[in-house]
Amino acid sequence: MSNRYGPLEQMIKMLSSLPGLGQRSARRIALHLLSKRSSLMVPLANMLLQAAHDITECEICGNLDAHNPCNICQSAKRDTSSICVVAQVSDLWAIERTQSFRGTYHVLGGLLSALDGIGPQDLRIEGLLRRAEDENLQEIILALSATVDGQSTAHYISDHLDQNRLKVTRLAHGVPVGGELDYLDDGTITTALKSRSVN
Amino acid sequence: MFRQNDHNHTMEQWQDQGIILSSRKHGESGAIVSLLTRTRGRYVGYVRGAQGTKMRGVLEIGNSVDVAWQSRVAENMGTYALELSANAGVHLLHDPLRLSALQAVCALCDAAMPEREAHEGLFDGTLALFEAMKNEDIWAAAYVMWEIAFLRELGFSLDLSKCAAGSGDDDLIYVSPKTGRAVSRSAGAPYKEKLLSLPAFLTPRGGDIDDIAIDQALQLTGFFFEHWAFTHHSRGIPDVRLRFAERFAKTIKPADIADSKDLKRA
Repeated sequence: MSNRYGPLEQMIKMLSSLPGLGQRSARRIALHLLSKRSSLMVPLANMLLQAAHDITECEICGNLDAHNPCNICQSAKRDTSSICVVAQVSDLWAIERTQSFRGTYHVLGGLLSALDGIGPQDLRIEGLLRRAEDENLQEIILALSATVDGQSTAHYISDHLDQNRLKVTRLAHGVPVGGELDYLDDGTITTALKSRSVN
Repeated sequence: MFRQNDHNHTMEQWQDQGIILSSRKHGESGAIVSLLTRTRGRYVGYVRGAQGTKMRGVLEIGNSVDVAWQSRVAENMGTYALELSANAGVHLLHDPLRLSALQAVCALCDAAMPEREAHEGLFDGTLALFEAMKNEDIWAAAYVMWEIAFLRELGFSLDLSKCAAGSGDDDLIYVSPKTGRAVSRSAGAPYKEKLLSLPAFLTPRGGDIDDIAIDQALQLTGFFFEHWAFTHHSRGIPDVRLRFAERFAKTIKPADIADSKDLKRA
């Protein structure tokens, strides 16, 4: 960064490069931090440094954690017979928030995308296929988004898994909880009708 | 296109129908979107708020949209306001083969179509193909027909109606890789190693449409994509088109191939 910027301008510039923050928000945050130097700014700086040093990708599943393998992969309470495949760590967090899945995860690190030049070699698909050879494994849940890229990735993975031995499932697509039909888009209603279940 | 005075500025504007070919994230919330429009051909524009929950579903490839474009200067990229009119992908998400075909259609148009050059026939043909792709029995043949029409729109017409060597429209089983014209069995016999196979359903007399014939047709159009349409493209044929052809070839059972060879010998 150029020296013509003082530390305050540099701080504002760096803060404004964070997602969701513009110059105005960055200036407010900078002023707020400077007004609470000892109680917020210094602890935050220390925490950022520690996180940058300690947090790594889990070598098994690709989750972000201070431990490697991560807490989920190490936990004895987890059901190792099922793996839930997600695109990003944020998707893993979303499923963990529900507390409805007790198996393990595999984070791909993105989705196959011809447009962006992301091929199978750019994702953690090889690692997943190696994990799928484990004899204890019974089910792989493909929790990928209901988009063309998401479903293309799911099809690619399904093609490369031994479906005679493994149960390969996907998340249902349809009406969200609390959703009213009148407000849903045509695509969601069509998919919901296709995957309707017996009441 | 018409001009509208807006707060002392003259804006270029138009409205049309379009098909989403690609969408690339731009900045935190926007996207650069490429559309195949009915009356203006391939057109690229910026969409504000493209990464929000409302717009993400609209910008899936293959979707049909109502488009309103505006820009201060006609030569600029301009901005789009899009409204979804039909979702092509939703019917195909469960089927890997048809989903690959949809991706191939959009990638081929996005990579090969010149910008801002009207191809109304291609637009209508693509919408008709998306409609046909809902039908399990005819979609693959419709896809092949679309590729042949797409080559024609690009200026690379295949002539499969009669023999290039002058022996009429009987027993056409080859295509010349140099001219893209059909060749009959008798006329092509001395050069058969160099000629491409022509599936019977593409000839004027017609024939069975099975997986082997579709695979042959995909190899045929793939050859002309490689040697004609994409020969000067630095990236070559889009990967999704190659993957679609590979995926289709894998669906053919060895028994079908053996039957086909027996038929050819006969």
